[in-house]
Amino acid sequence: MNWYNIVFYLFALIVLVSAAGVVFSRKMMYAAFSLLFTFFGVAGLYVLLNADFIAVTQIMVYIGGILILIIFGVMLTSKFTDLEIKSGTTGTVQYVLAGISTIIVAAALIIMYLNVDWVQNPVPELESTVKPIGILLMTKYFLAFQVAAILLLLAFIGAAKIARRK
Amino acid sequence: MTNELTLYLIIGAILFSLGVFGIITRKNAIMVLMSMELILNSANINFIAFAKYGGMNLEGHIAAMFVIILAAAEVAVALAIVLNIYHNFRHVNIDEISKMKE
Amino acid sequence: MSHDLLLKISVVILFLPLLSFLIIVFNQKRLGKAAGIIGTSILGIDLVLAAIVAFNKFVVYPNEAIIQWKFHWFSLGNRTIDLGLGVDNLAAMMLIVVTLISFLVHLFSTEYMSEDKRFPRFFSYLGIFTFSMLGIVLANNLLNMYIFWELVGLSSYLLIGFWYEKDSASNASKKAFITNRVGDLGFFAGIMIAFFTFNTFMFDEIFSQIRSGVLPFESGTILTAMGILLFAGAIGKSAQFPLHVWLPDAMEGPTPVSALIHAATMVAAGVYLTAKIFPVFTADALTFVAYTGAFTAFMAATIGITQNDFKRVLAYSTVSQLGFMVMSLGVGAYTYGFFHLVTHAWFKACLFLASGSVIHAMHHAMHKLHDHHSDPQDIRNMGGLRKTMPKTYLTFLFATIAISGVPLTSGFLSKDGILAGTLAFGNLSGHWLIPAMAFISAGMTAFYMFRLTIVSFFGDFKTEIASKTHENNTQIVLPLVVLAILSLWVFYSFNPIDASSGWFAKAFKPVETVVPAEYQFDFMMPYHDAHATESTEVSHGSHSYLNKFEEELHHQHYTAMFLSLAIAGFGILLSFIFYYYKKVDPDKVANSIKPLYLLSYNKWYIDEIYQKTFIGGTILLTKLMFWIDTYIIDGAVNGVAFIWRIFGTFVGKFDNGVVDGLVNLSGGVVGFSGSIVRKLQTGRVQTYLLLSIIGVILLLWWLF
Repeated sequence: MNWYNIVFYLFALIVLVSAAGVVFSRKMMYAAFSLLFTFFGVAGLYVLLNADFIAVTQIMVYIGGILILIIFGVMLTSKFTDLEIKSGTTGTVQYVLAGISTIIVAAALIIMYLNVDWVQNPVPELESTVKPIGILLMTKYFLAFQVAAILLLLAFIGAAKIARRK
Repeated sequence: MTNELTLYLIIGAILFSLGVFGIITRKNAIMVLMSMELILNSANINFIAFAKYGGMNLEGHIAAMFVIILAAAEVAVALAIVLNIYHNFRHVNIDEISKMKE
Repeated sequence: MSHDLLLKISVVILFLPLLSFLIIVFNQKRLGKAAGIIGTSILGIDLVLAAIVAFNKFVVYPNEAIIQWKFHWFSLGNRTIDLGLGVDNLAAMMLIVVTLISFLVHLFSTEYMSEDKRFPRFFSYLGIFTFSMLGIVLANNLLNMYIFWELVGLSSYLLIGFWYEKDSASNASKKAFITNRVGDLGFFAGIMIAFFTFNTFMFDEIFSQIRSGVLPFESGTILTAMGILLFAGAIGKSAQFPLHVWLPDAMEGPTPVSALIHAATMVAAGVYLTAKIFPVFTADALTFVAYTGAFTAFMAATIGITQNDFKRVLAYSTVSQLGFMVMSLGVGAYTYGFFHLVTHAWFKACLFLASGSVIHAMHHAMHKLHDHHSDPQDIRNMGGLRKTMPKTYLTFLFATIAISGVPLTSGFLSKDGILAGTLAFGNLSGHWLIPAMAFISAGMTAFYMFRLTIVSFFGDFKTEIASKTHENNTQIVLPLVVLAILSLWVFYSFNPIDASSGWFAKAFKPVETVVPAEYQFDFMMPYHDAHATESTEVSHGSHSYLNKFEEELHHQHYTAMFLSLAIAGFGILLSFIFYYYKKVDPDKVANSIKPLYLLSYNKWYIDEIYQKTFIGGTILLTKLMFWIDTYIIDGAVNGVAFIWRIFGTFVGKFDNGVVDGLVNLSGGVVGFSGSIVRKLQTGRVQTYLLLSIIGVILLLWWLF
């Protein structure tokens, strides 16, 4: 049990518990705040996986952008009579069936993972990934990068157009 | 104990299943969106795990980055649609919006 | 200039008119009158570039057959499709012809069309038309040529039907399009034979393969058929009999369009194609081409004599002159056929633009007199225009002299060469009918062109309208003057009676046929391989000839010249006697040969014949089909139905009892299960998702 493992299990716990919080919580604000912890925990896992750039991007985009948007969405689409904004579920039968099938899916995946003999490549040396990612984006993935930029622009325009009242 | 790669993959699998469960069971469209983000994150964990242990290296990081970009675009558009639905129906419970039936 | 640069400039020349089209067509409202200036200046640039390319081709690379550029387009199986463009001497000359005439027509139209409400659209159409025509000119393979061929068809459709509110104009545009399609079908079939056999569309590769003995289906007959089918495209575009009917009707388009399409460019495309593929014609194919051209020239000339519409006379004269060109290629006088194409382009464009000038003036005069019923194009309403429109008169007269074949004009040089060619052909092959028709047509040409000039420009004003006309402004007169000057002999050869010593004949030497000797006339085979043993006799003094035909053509030169001068002089004299001095009353002559007069006046009844046979035949066929449908098929169906009805009543009883019971039972089962399954179709996305996940689980379970 070294420090690496302790930190790993800590983050794993945060991720799983808060994800469960997102899914099972009745109150939408609680769910949103649990989602914050999930994103944060995932970012921590990224750091453990030597992905510094992605970890920072995760925090900035997910927590700084997407989560804020979602919270705005919660606020805007609820009647503000009480602060306890609740979200119901889609019915007991569906709830039970969904539980059973997702447990089966999870179990199947985990069993499969445990039985596969993964090809293990030597772990690359620890170094900053920012510069090589930047180089890759400007060379090999240049087109994809530009397309993504255009996509974001279109999403902006499209969102503004859709959300506007007629 | 199993190796580290498998541990990450198992976390991804559980996160994925929780996300699917959320999408199926929650009424509110925004909750569905949040569950979707969980699924995307589980995919990203897999990418980064393979990047470190599976030899994907930076390719995995790039893939994860594009997933994040797409997630941002998706949330923006989806929330716009949800707001529009709210204007029309005064609620966002997608199980009651069953116009698709016709 | 390197080859590369030359080709790059050619590409620019090709795409500039398209640019003009795109600029104007998307900014019609915004540009308004500026569209004319934009279109004209772009064509001006194009003309300068074309002049540069042609100069380089003729002066720097005069002996290179073709400067070309091929590129791979795509592959189908093991066949590759290549595109490309090339500049040979023909193309270099045509670049000048097309861009100059298009430029002058643009300039002319800025004034002529200035009162039209769709002024910008007209210029955009002119742009796309010029683009397509340049595409044909620069094509170095059949596929490119076919693509632009169809584009020319489309853009001519747009231009002829420009005033589509008029029924006659929209009908004429449809007629032109459909008639051309008939020829294009043959052209396409010819291209398919060529591609199937030679695996390429490139002209030079096809020629070299035929030369090395590759024949379609290893048969000379199919080679003949291929040549004739390719020529069918030219029959349609160059308005040869029997597909000439569209051209006179196409006069419904604005007059500048007539000048552009019917004088210089579109109809020239057919002759140009024939000249490009000239080496593949076998003896039989050449004879076919020659007879087609000769008959077209003769027939159109006879019709031209009696027409009263100013533009219609010119239209039939165009058909007749195109017949001359085609005939010239058919008899093997390759140089003079193309020479006539060029010279004809200038003087015929001049004639058409002058007619536009006259019609424009007549229109204005009618407008002043508040007359909306007279026909501004009827020569019986004109007369005396010499006094009111002196500049138009002079240019028109000069172009008339040129087309009639009077010495000191370009028309004399080219027509003389053609007539000598027909004489030589008649002499060598025994087809004497061809020179006979050619000389008669030449005489008739002189007659009806002078008739047109005398009736409309000389004498007294026949109506008040004619007296109120006045000369048009510079934009209209300048193109006329330029074109009239280009009809002088001096631009082609310094010797006014012999074109063969001029630069033009030297630049367009006769091409060798590639057809094997057994399928070709002896006299068309090049000396160096057909008569290798007799090669000592080949050279006579300073001249050396490609083949026996060229030698004979040279010998017939003076005979042809005197004959053609005599017959043209006779035609001109006759028209002066008839219409200027009025010694003989044309109406009396017409009455004394009434059947012939009517035949000519009604254009040999060809439209009527087509109406009765093809169109009437189609309608009759559909009526017949309708009758068969109504009585035989419907009767049979009804009879069968009756039998079945009787049978059905018996079956019905059985049905109601036994079968329906079973059906209702199965229906009930399906309905019941459906009522269960339909619960799944809730319209809720989430339910669907759940079901699909369950489906995935079941699938995995079944797989593993």
